Amino acid sequence: MLELKGISYGVAESGSQKEILKNISFTLEDNRFVVVTGPNGGGKSTLAKVIAGIWRPTEGQILWDGEDITDRSVTERANMGISYAFQQPVRFKGITVFDLIRLASGKKVSVEEACTYLSEVGLCARDYVRREVNASLSGGELKRIEIATVMARNTRVTLFDEPEAGIDLWSFQKLIGVFEKLHEKNHGSILIISHQERILDIADEILLIADGELKKRGTKEEMLPEILGSSVRPGCLYM
Amino acid sequence: MNQITEQILEEVAALHGIPEGAYNIRENGKSIGRNSTEEIQITTRADGKGLEIRIAPGTKKKSVHIPVVISQSGLKEVVYNDFYVGEDADVTIVAGCGIHNAGNDASRHDGIHSFFLEKGARVKYVEKHYGAGDGRGERIMNPETIIEIGKDGYMEMETVQIRGVDSTVRSTRAKLAEGAKLVVTERLMTHGKQRAESRFDVHMDGADSGANVVSRSVAREDSWQRFSSRLVGSAPCSGHTECDAIIMDNAKISAVPELAANDPDAALIHEAAIGRIAGEQIIKLMTLGLTEAEAEEQIVEGFLR
Repeated sequence: MLELKGISYGVAESGSQKEILKNISFTLEDNRFVVVTGPNGGGKSTLAKVIAGIWRPTEGQILWDGEDITDRSVTERANMGISYAFQQPVRFKGITVFDLIRLASGKKVSVEEACTYLSEVGLCARDYVRREVNASLSGGELKRIEIATVMARNTRVTLFDEPEAGIDLWSFQKLIGVFEKLHEKNHGSILIISHQERILDIADEILLIADGELKKRGTKEEMLPEILGSSVRPGCLYM
Repeated sequence: MNQITEQILEEVAALHGIPEGAYNIRENGKSIGRNSTEEIQITTRADGKGLEIRIAPGTKKKSVHIPVVISQSGLKEVVYNDFYVGEDADVTIVAGCGIHNAGNDASRHDGIHSFFLEKGARVKYVEKHYGAGDGRGERIMNPETIIEIGKDGYMEMETVQIRGVDSTVRSTRAKLAEGAKLVVTERLMTHGKQRAESRFDVHMDGADSGANVVSRSVAREDSWQRFSSRLVGSAPCSGHTECDAIIMDNAKISAVPELAANDPDAALIHEAAIGRIAGEQIIKLMTLGLTEAEAEEQIVEGFLR
């Protein structure tokens, strides 16, 4: 169980303090599928980075099964069972797709196993497994490889930052399947930052974050009509 | 062959014992094993200062190994090896030098390799340099490579120096005739107080000749590197040179490009980049459970592959 208590995050900007996250509290129970949505610039990605340990909150606490992990490093959190799929995946010269999947899984993996992950995200595995994760890959390809690496980790909590961005329609179908599999078969908790109606539609719970605040939370039945019907329409306005 | 020699041969030439085909193994200034084949003749040069390797025209898919091992502290040598590659031959040449210095005197190997490729000949040349031993004596290597590629010939040179060489000046000069191609891949890592200088000077004299010189290097701790690459195009040709370096700790690196076009149809490109490991690369690997140090190692290892 992951618990955020009064998380704030601010940065100094031209002499004054700019608050990006303001007193956010919520609990991600085990085996839940939560989607965080809201306008661009509202603080969603910052929230994911704070949970992954990349940025340290200026106030508040993060608890993991009741233990305070606010001061734990990215590595420690990763090893506890938090995975994070970047919004903009990182490129590496010389490191192959296979290397990344092997590092992600933390054990020896066969080429066949690595290929299974790649196939699940809609990549023709044999064409990709030996390729370098460098500038020769397109944004969409990188994005899918990023998702394959967090699948290989198979941890208790997985954070996805706009996984749908740059993914074509055909692969998007597969993506939905990937989330469902991670959630149902592996009993992991998933927190996805997304603007996509189809992803919102499979959520157990939706959090609406805007202006750094948790504005509202509820089931999709409670949240969807309001989000889709209001002027704050993440499904189209903020894509 | 003792254990140190065996270990060095594995490092520099991926050899486990005696290689197949043509070879010459040099240990502490003397040949300790040599084999010629019908197609590849290895003889001592007339002046006794090295080897003459003659590869018959049309030789296909054969290899030549000429590794050098120095395990005697204080040994200094200059060796000249000349390769004559006949028309349409296609061979792999594995050189490489390993110095194991357990003493306090500097050990030094300067290998001057000359390659003469006849029309249509193809060569893959692999050269690895390695140093080991816990003595205070320096391990010095100054490899010099002179290449002349005839019409439509092709040479691929893979040169690697990852560990243990204290001081090196690596010089490569090439002359390319009509349709000749040269591809060089250099991998270099320096650490401690090591110094490494790498110079390339490629002359594309023939029409439709081409060269691609790519260097990737990592400089750590207090080491120093200098990369200079000069491409001269004197005919319609295409040349590309690239230096990509990761700088760490207190290291210093300089990259000095030079392009010279003596023909309006010479297309020449130089790219050079020096920088630290990107922070986001380290963070990405940390989110996979690696520590910062492990992430750095992975990035460097991949980069130098």
